Amino acid sequence: MKPAIRPTIKILEKELKKKVVNEAMEILAEIGFFAENKEAIALLQKNGLEVDSKSKRAKIPIDVTKKALKSVPSSITLFDRDGNQAAILEGDNICFDPGSAALRVLDTESNEIREAYTKDFVEFTKVVEQLEHIHAQSTAIICSDVPEEVSDMYRLLICLLFSKKPVITGTFKKESFAKMKDMLVTIRGSEKKLREKPLAIFDACPSPPLKWSDLTCQSIIDAAKYGIPSEFISMPMTGANAPVTILGAIVQHAAETLAGVVITQLVSPSAPVIWGGSPAVFDMRKGTTPMGSIDTMMLDIGYTEIGKYLNIPTHAYLGMSDAKILDMQAGFETGMGALLAGIKGVNMISGAGMIDFETTQSIQKVVIDNEICGMTYKFIEGITQRDEPIAKDLLNLFDEKTTHLLAHDHTLKWFRKEQYIPSTIVDRGTKEEWITNGRKSIGDRAKERAEKLIKKYPGLSLENDVIKELASNFKFADFDIKKITDI
Amino acid sequence: MVIFDECKKAIVRGDIEKAEELANQSLADKLNLNTVVDAFSDAIRHVGNLFDEGEYFLPELMRSAEAMKAAMAILTPHLSSSEVETRSLGTVVIGTIEGDIHDIGKTLVAAMLTAEGFEVHDLGADVPVTTFIEKALEVNAQLICISALLTTTMVGQKKLINQLVKQNIRDRFKVLLGGAPVSKNWVAEIGADGTAENAISAVKLAKELMEH
Ligand code: B12
Repeated sequence: MKPAIRPTIKILEKELKKKVVNEAMEILAEIGFFAENKEAIALLQKNGLEVDSKSKRAKIPIDVTKKALKSVPSSITLFDRDGNQAAILEGDNICFDPGSAALRVLDTESNEIREAYTKDFVEFTKVVEQLEHIHAQSTAIICSDVPEEVSDMYRLLICLLFSKKPVITGTFKKESFAKMKDMLVTIRGSEKKLREKPLAIFDACPSPPLKWSDLTCQSIIDAAKYGIPSEFISMPMTGANAPVTILGAIVQHAAETLAGVVITQLVSPSAPVIWGGSPAVFDMRKGTTPMGSIDTMMLDIGYTEIGKYLNIPTHAYLGMSDAKILDMQAGFETGMGALLAGIKGVNMISGAGMIDFETTQSIQKVVIDNEICGMTYKFIEGITQRDEPIAKDLLNLFDEKTTHLLAHDHTLKWFRKEQYIPSTIVDRGTKEEWITNGRKSIGDRAKERAEKLIKKYPGLSLENDVIKELASNFKFADFDIKKITDI
Repeated sequence: MVIFDECKKAIVRGDIEKAEELANQSLADKLNLNTVVDAFSDAIRHVGNLFDEGEYFLPELMRSAEAMKAAMAILTPHLSSSEVETRSLGTVVIGTIEGDIHDIGKTLVAAMLTAEGFEVHDLGADVPVTTFIEKALEVNAQLICISALLTTTMVGQKKLINQLVKQNIRDRFKVLLGGAPVSKNWVAEIGADGTAENAISAVKLAKELMEH
């Protein structure tokens, strides 16, 4: 038996990667970046960096960037709520999580996009908890039935209550970090244990071009202090706040991300960070940021190669769509993106379930996308040689009596490994069967599977006092933890 | 006159230098400025149509708008204030609310409003409520346009309206809201005057509101 080669894809030449990184470092040294956060400015100045106090422009000498790159860990292990290893972000490993912070959901009855409520997010989390190929949760849906001021941390509460999988989350305002960190500590037991076994990743976006806002600077500084992984989500929009060329945007992405690397490594050398992003080509007709565009995918694969070249764990928003319903566009954009990301070995691939420019989540789509993720895992296993000779002996078996191999030992031994066996949401039946079953679309079948999973959800497994402690972070009027846990 | 055709061409091509040169030339030649401004305005409307038809893309539209702005910056000081007033569709104060730095959408809306003939004061991103109100009072705006892309900062839109009410000046302005999390419900809930999903409908809405 010969192991398979891992399928790969390359988009940048080695020389070009070097050039991108060099130019990004030059940009930070010569043009600098804007640090809109007091603590960040103080930190940079303390380390001898030049920061203009009025414009807040900070310049990073190349050797400082190089030094920071030396201390960045090349691997991050995530652990689930129970403390078991859940994913290792390194090399070409992959892990999928749902697209995060959707403002709305696609209603399963009306097929309309509408505001989301706590119930939507609880059900979504219950479903994702049981999906086989999505190994992390994200704080995926904003609940409009709670005060806007707590919308970021409320999402984390729901995830921690209903799911064991590690969580990709993030803050919308500075004050939230401390509370969200406390909630994670409540689960782990202590800050030390949280540091040893990361349970959540915090997304933080630099602001194109070349700026780290007060909010997101604070998030990466705070996360670095507690050893919580930060996922840098640089998102140059080509032709709008970034050069229109894909490679130009990759350079900008690298510069913004390197600035994040420097800040975190100054806070704490070897603080875990992820070379992530959500860039988009800017649609020049509609003024939108299409995530399903082939150009966006090329840009994502390109910057991922830079992250890999620097030996830092990678992330991308790939495998999502800009469609408004579950149509062909939703399928092809998601399928292309997810498979490309898988082949490239983007360590954390965010996007499952998402449509309409990162604004809308769909419980049906996340169930469908789970299949795409499964198929992607299968594809990257590659083709293994299981026999020697490969086929000769088997073909030699065929004669007048032996006309098939369906019941043969060899088939029985290997078919489950050689074939990706989809769930019933993928239609592999005949037309007759499809008609008899009521001419259902994949959306209908996904809705049924989601409903089944919600029913099958085993129930809460957190201790009551832990739930109480988590709930103690929420004080708004008519907050009632029981109303949530009863869903 | 040939120069009017050239004015049109300069705008349609997005030739900023040429537009400025022609504006200066029409001043030097003491042409009827109203006719000159008409020529420029015709051209920008034509550009708008080209965009609507899918012939022009955003970069071309934005560039033409910049050429128009450059020419008008030269001509406006020479127009009588009544002429300026009758030409302006209205005065707008626009910005992204405090705590929020998403600014591209707001910038597009500002550019389209300018191109259509509004006098636009763009305050940028991360703008405190008080700055919005001070500026709106200072320039005697009819419209306040507030962009918010985060559920947490959307609350600032509400604060602004409450502040207007508190200062007893709510009636002086129409307040438009925009950004991904903003819904019709939110507009109704906080008592704003409208919202639009993209820059083109934002302009339509602004025009409608100015007619009332
Ligand atoms: C690009 C982007 C960014 C960029 C913004 C760059 C910039 N300089 O503008 C960066 C990277 C900085 C960013 C940062 C963050 N972002 Co952001 N971002 C987006 C994204 C993908 C696109 C926004 C955009 O520019 N669209 C293109 C423009 C042209 O469209 P638009 O803004 O919607 O504007 C149009 C209309 O809305 C309308 N309009 C806009 N304003 C107005 C005003 C009026 C009066 C009217 C009438 C109309 C109108 O017309 C415009 C033109 O057509 C959205 C998702 C989305 N689809 O909205 C997320 C999104 C808004 N971001 C989100 C988040 C969470 C963040 C961060 C908090 C993440 C983090 N933890 O770091 C930070 C916040 C930083 C801060 N303090 O503000 C969430 C919000 C979730 C929520 N519940 O609030 C979204 C929805 C993505 C997601 N699902 O996670 N982001």
